[in-house]
Formats: sequence, C-alpha cells, structure tokens
Amino acid sequence: MARLITPVLLVMLLLVTLLSLSVGSTAVDVWAGLLDFFNERQSLGAIVVGDIRLPRTLIALAVGAALGLSGAALQGLLRNPLAEPGLTGASQGAALGAASVFYFGLFPTLGAAAPSVAGLIGAALALMLMLALAGSARSHMVIMAGLAISTLCGAALATVLNFAPNPYAMQELVFWLLGSVSERGMDHLWLLLPALLVGTVLIMSQRRLLSGLSLGDQVARSMGLNYRYGSIMIVLGAALLVGSSVAVAGSIGFVGLLVPHLLRPLVQHRPERLLIPAALAGAILVCWADIFVRLLPPGRELKLGVLTSLLGAPLFIWLVWKERKQWN
Amino acid sequence: MELISVSQLSVDRRLQGISLNLCAGEVLGILGANGAGKSTLLHCLAGIQEYQGEVLLQGHPLTRVPERQRAQQVGFLPQSSQSAWALSVRDVISLGRLPWGDSNTEAIVQAATATGVTDWLERPVDRLSGGQQARVWLARVLAGQPRVLLADEPVASLDLRQQQVVLDLLRDYAAGGCGVMLSIHDLSLAARYCDRLALLHEGRLLALGGVAEVLTVEYLQQAFAVDAYIDLQGQPPIVIPR
Repeated sequence: MARLITPVLLVMLLLVTLLSLSVGSTAVDVWAGLLDFFNERQSLGAIVVGDIRLPRTLIALAVGAALGLSGAALQGLLRNPLAEPGLTGASQGAALGAASVFYFGLFPTLGAAAPSVAGLIGAALALMLMLALAGSARSHMVIMAGLAISTLCGAALATVLNFAPNPYAMQELVFWLLGSVSERGMDHLWLLLPALLVGTVLIMSQRRLLSGLSLGDQVARSMGLNYRYGSIMIVLGAALLVGSSVAVAGSIGFVGLLVPHLLRPLVQHRPERLLIPAALAGAILVCWADIFVRLLPPGRELKLGVLTSLLGAPLFIWLVWKERKQWN
Repeated sequence: MELISVSQLSVDRRLQGISLNLCAGEVLGILGANGAGKSTLLHCLAGIQEYQGEVLLQGHPLTRVPERQRAQQVGFLPQSSQSAWALSVRDVISLGRLPWGDSNTEAIVQAATATGVTDWLERPVDRLSGGQQARVWLARVLAGQPRVLLADEPVASLDLRQQQVVLDLLRDYAAGGCGVMLSIHDLSLAARYCDRLALLHEGRLLALGGVAEVLTVEYLQQAFAVDAYIDLQGQPPIVIPR
C-alpha cells in the first residue's frame, strides 16, 4: 500500500485536474480550448479554458500542495500531529500584508497582484520576527513564538478591519481573507511557483532529519543529523509555502492539518514518506473543493476557505472522537 | 585498545575535570547520585553536548570527527525513548542505519535477533510493553553496529528479567570487541555486569577503577550519603543501603 500511494494519488491528481478544466458555467471542449490557448489562437474555448480555468486550477493545485506539504513537514519537525502550517505566524503575516493593500492602497501599479505581493512580504516579515523571537528551532519555542507573532499580526489585522476606510474596502478584505482561487491569473501563479519550489526543496532536503526526529531530537543529533540547521530549513520552507499560498489565495483552513493526519497510516506513519503524498493529496483536496464551489448554484459564491473549514471541522471532530475511543 | 579517552572534560558547573577512558571489550559503569553528571558525561561523548577539555575517539579529537562518521562509531541510547509516531518495530530498528545511509538488512536482522524482537517486527512500537520497547530501542542502536555504545540508564524502570536480558546483551556486545559505557543506579547490577566503574559526585570524578576499588563504604557514603552493605564476593554481588 505504502508504495502504491504516490502513483494512485498522481492518477487522482491528473483526473481532478482534467475535471477542473472541464467544469464551469460555459460548456466548451477542453482539449480544443487548451490547444487554441497554447497555439495562441483566439477562441471562446481558449479564453474559458486557458485564461480562466487553467490558472484557477493550477493555483488550486499549487496552494493545496503547499498546505499539505508544509503541514506534513511541520508535524514531523514538531513531532506533533496537531501542528498546523499557520503555527509559524506566516499565514497571519501574509493576511496582514494583504490587508494593508486594501487599507493603504499599497503597490497600486501591481493591480490585482498587489495583495499577493504584500502578502508575501508580510509572511516574510512575520517569519523573520518569529525566528528571531524563538532564537532556535526547538519545537516548543517555535510554537510559542509562532503563536505570539500570529497573535500580534491578528491584532494588527483586527485594527485594520476596525478602521477600514469604507464598508466596501472592508467587505473586499473580508472576502479576500476567506480564501479563494477564483479571479486569479497566471501572474498569481508566477508569484506562487518560486516560493513553492524553494520551500519544497528546503523541506525535501531534510527528509533524513524528519525520519530521525521520530525518536526525538537527542537521538536525531546522536545519529549525526544537524538538528539546529535542519529544523530552521524546515520552518523556513514551511513558512515560504504557507506564506505564499495565503498571499495568493487567502486563508484555506484545515488542509495542512488534516491531510497529513489522514494519510499517515497509509505510509506506515513514517514522517519522511508522508511529504510527497501529503502534497499530492493537498492539491487534490483543494482542487476538488474548488470544483465543488463552482458547481453550486450561481449567486453569491461560497468561498473556498469557508468550504474547506466547513468540511474540515466535522472531520476533525471525528478524528478527536476516534482518538478518544482508542484511549478509553 | 583504547576506544575513547577523556581528559579534563568540563561542562559549565555540571561536570568538572573528568578524565577516564573506555577500552575495547569492556563495560564501564557510570555511577552517581541524581544530578551527579552521568547523563551529561554520556551526552558529551555522544556528541550532543558542548564541552571543554578533550575527548579522543580512537585517537582523533571528537570535535573534529565529522558528525556522520562519529554517529557510525558511537551509538547512543538515551534515558527515555519514545516514538512520536506509531512506527513499526522494523522501521524503528532501521532508523539505526541512518548514520550509514543504507538499509543493511543483515545488520537489522542481526540486531532484532540479538534483542529477541523478531516476533514483533511488524507491530507498532507503541503497542509493546515497556520491557519490550526497551529491547527495541536497544536494537535500534545495535543495528548501527557502533564501536562504542553509550547507554543512559538502560535498565531503569525495567523488571528483573528485562534488566537481566538488557545487561546480558550489553555484555555480549562488549565481548565482541566493542566498548560499552552505561550509567546505572543499581549498584548490585553494576558490580555484577561492569568490568570497571566510574563514580561521579557533584560533577567530579570521585573514584575510577575496578569494582572493588570503587564500591567501598567510604565512597558510597560520600557519593550517596548512605551507609551501604557491600558483599562483592557473593554470587551475585550485593550492594544495598543498610
């Protein structure tokens, strides 16, 4: 089973991608549309599939992969199945950065990509503050410092909301925070991809450390693994992934927490083997959720982040229940 | 042959001016009251604690040996082990091969056989009893085939039978030409299983030598503040507070 999991998830990923490209309010031929788009031929299909659905699908996949991978990496590093990507403070930092755009009108020349750029900067600042405060990457220090910085960014975000210049700015901001991958173009993807790539490389380079950390940091260090350096790399990688995904798509809850949790038994609980499947499953889940959002009757759109939370919370309650039964 | 040689080892106020050595084929017991510095000493030798002074690993300064090479030579069994995840016994033992970066099946099977855990290889380690787990943690260290095995209180919280199993294993491992250094609170077991003893008191080395040289009424009075009954001629030897 453990060996089959990655190929199975890859096939599912391909299927969900195709489904995502073909689902929408306009019926078009996906293949013809894609062909027209790549050959730069103007057609309705090229616009619908290439300009609208393709970026949306790719962003959903990238955001999901980033959340799944960072969740798996942080849970492994902190040796805690409840660790969550937001724990580093990066997601609140990204949210604050983006909110400042709506409030102060930063980066007017960047247009629609402005919140994402500001979000990335916010995530980076929050991350640096967190690492400076934590001093090292000891798990309890990361949790405490992450919580402190998250709270600080959350308070600043609340202040921004409080003094929003007009109701429309506030509404726009709140909707943005709820998380969505709609109305995003390829320029958003280009913002997300480098961070996704660097974050993934950083995390994947520390697979041996994650494996050794199963038995605690003393054992890992005695086995010749550089815990201090490696853990900073993992925190950095996870924060890059989370920060960039929040910056592009707002906050999409529960994916980073639940996906690794659900997959763990399928990879024999090995933290280093969980990384790739968690990234793939995160991508599938977010893309699937986005398809679901699009299939709802037209009108006011249900935000993607709201949907993942609505689905994630009961699942989480079920997990708690299962855990409790195990202890009784 | 000298595997480890320690001279004037100090760590803050926890350890001061410790000098001792560990030879191939011997079991060296580290004794001392709680807080005497036993674990700190073992941590220094395992490369996970910074120190002043000199530690030589087979003649080379420990700080200059690359971490991975050190980990191949020195295996460390911490005081309390726990797996964060429900890993199978086989996966836990395989972790012992991390310093080598391989999955030497022969070494893993050998370690599992020596510790008698072959029947539970596919079971999650967190479902085993404390005594069974202790053998699995030891198997993990043995799978790395280190020349030097450091064990921090390997028999604490084990029942009589499991204590005997683990200490016999460590004895056998030393007999194969390796060096074993273990901290231990049970002085009778220390007298029975160790070739030499080092007695620590408040971070200093109080006594070092053969069992009869170290386990004396005076030293034990000084180190543990107890009046001890000592019978080293008996089979097994007995050292208990009066």
